[in-house]
Amino acid sequence: MDVIIENLPQYWDGFLRTLFLSVISGIIALIVGTVLAAARVSPVAALRGFSMAYVEIVRNTPLTIAFFFAAVVLPRLGITFQQFEVAAIIALSAYTSAFIAEAVRSGVNSVPVGQAEAARSIGMKFSQVLSLIILPQALRTVIPPLINILIALVKNSSVAGAFYVLELFGQGKQLANANGDAVVWVLVGVAFFYLLITIPLGYLASVVERKVAIAR
Amino acid sequence: MSSVLYDVPGPKARRVSLIGSIIGVIVIGGLLVLAVMTLAQQGIFDPKRWAVFQLPEVWALIAAGIGATLAAAAVSAVIAFPLGLLLCLMRISDNAWIRVPTRIVLEFLRGMPVVLMMLFVLLVFATSSFIAVVAGLVLYNSAIFAEIIRAGVQSLPKGQREAGLAIGLTSFQSRLTIELPQAIRRMLPSLVAQLVVLLKDTSLGYIVAYGELLRAVQVMADFLGPQYLFPVFFVAAAIYIAIDLAVSRLAIWLERRGSKRAAGGVAHVPVAGVPAAK
Repeated sequence: MDVIIENLPQYWDGFLRTLFLSVISGIIALIVGTVLAAARVSPVAALRGFSMAYVEIVRNTPLTIAFFFAAVVLPRLGITFQQFEVAAIIALSAYTSAFIAEAVRSGVNSVPVGQAEAARSIGMKFSQVLSLIILPQALRTVIPPLINILIALVKNSSVAGAFYVLELFGQGKQLANANGDAVVWVLVGVAFFYLLITIPLGYLASVVERKVAIAR
Repeated sequence: MSSVLYDVPGPKARRVSLIGSIIGVIVIGGLLVLAVMTLAQQGIFDPKRWAVFQLPEVWALIAAGIGATLAAAAVSAVIAFPLGLLLCLMRISDNAWIRVPTRIVLEFLRGMPVVLMMLFVLLVFATSSFIAVVAGLVLYNSAIFAEIIRAGVQSLPKGQREAGLAIGLTSFQSRLTIELPQAIRRMLPSLVAQLVVLLKDTSLGYIVAYGELLRAVQVMADFLGPQYLFPVFFVAAAIYIAIDLAVSRLAIWLERRGSKRAAGGVAHVPVAGVPAAK
């Protein structure tokens, strides 16, 4: 127990870095994922094909390979960065955006057909139908699954700890090495800080789920 | 291809979309060529580097990596599924003394990164990395399996349980013989989808030094020299993704087949009380 209190600054530092990685990657993934979902339902065949291929391949790529790619292969391609956080954000947002695209697409499918028909019959273009009528309703219904994807993102950010980023898991590994006699408590501390993020988010998801269920 | 979202495109819209598509393909192709050129400048495509694939040892190492990946996934799945069933039964038990603690344990397991559980088992119990990987995967996935099966049980019509109780089955008998078999069938697509996740998560074994595919690549690169990292990494990544894609296809096939054969069809992943998308 003392180990956790003594090393609270390291924990806090790792906690903030985990939050930072999750928030930045989450925002990028939400934007990219929504654009991918829009491309998936667009009239342009090439966009549909690209979105489908991206989602299909990325969803079936192990996260570790995505990190390996971002941290080792991208620098060789001339995309260099000063900090490994950038590689982690690239890997996490590229990976998560595929899942968000799938969730948003299922939301688009769940909007009643009459909505789009009504919008088209008053003369709206595809871009207007999507951005003014369909997406606002679709995003609303998929908020609970989106929160679940974001929870997974927070947990996935732990892989960054193995790729030179000192977030919660990376700090935990270092502390475990330094305090060989109190490994259990070190890792319990790490788990506590993860649960500090994931359990409230999970609670939020179930509350929103109930609210949306009543609204419909 | 027609959709409710847009009018059938006329000749002008089709022309614009065709030109846009061609430009898009050229841009993506250009980026790919640029990437290949950059790699070529560093001598990645030097035939000597790819000659490693002529060594039988390299293929043996890759095969061992695939074997280790599949072994960890198979063992974890075989243990996690019955454990998930058990946890599900405890989670929906009529006895609050069983139900509430199980719920807390499940929340705890679902809220933690799998890597952390693997590291915990590895360091605290000082086991082999294989056991650490399997234990981490089992703990996490049995919790997920339990939740999936619970969702399946809850999606059944109420009458199933009522009829079971009415003919004199105990609550447990009704769960076991009436509800669970139907719930598992309905949730088969989600269960197989979770198997894909489990298979993907074996790659986390890389972090706890389990000799799965990615670790095998790393070991080989350390042994033969860093110049071979690229070719071997690309081959390994392609194999990994191909295996995962194949299992995902199986899940989709099961869902299609299930919706024709299973009584009442398979349950679509419930999205916030919205009727399943057609």
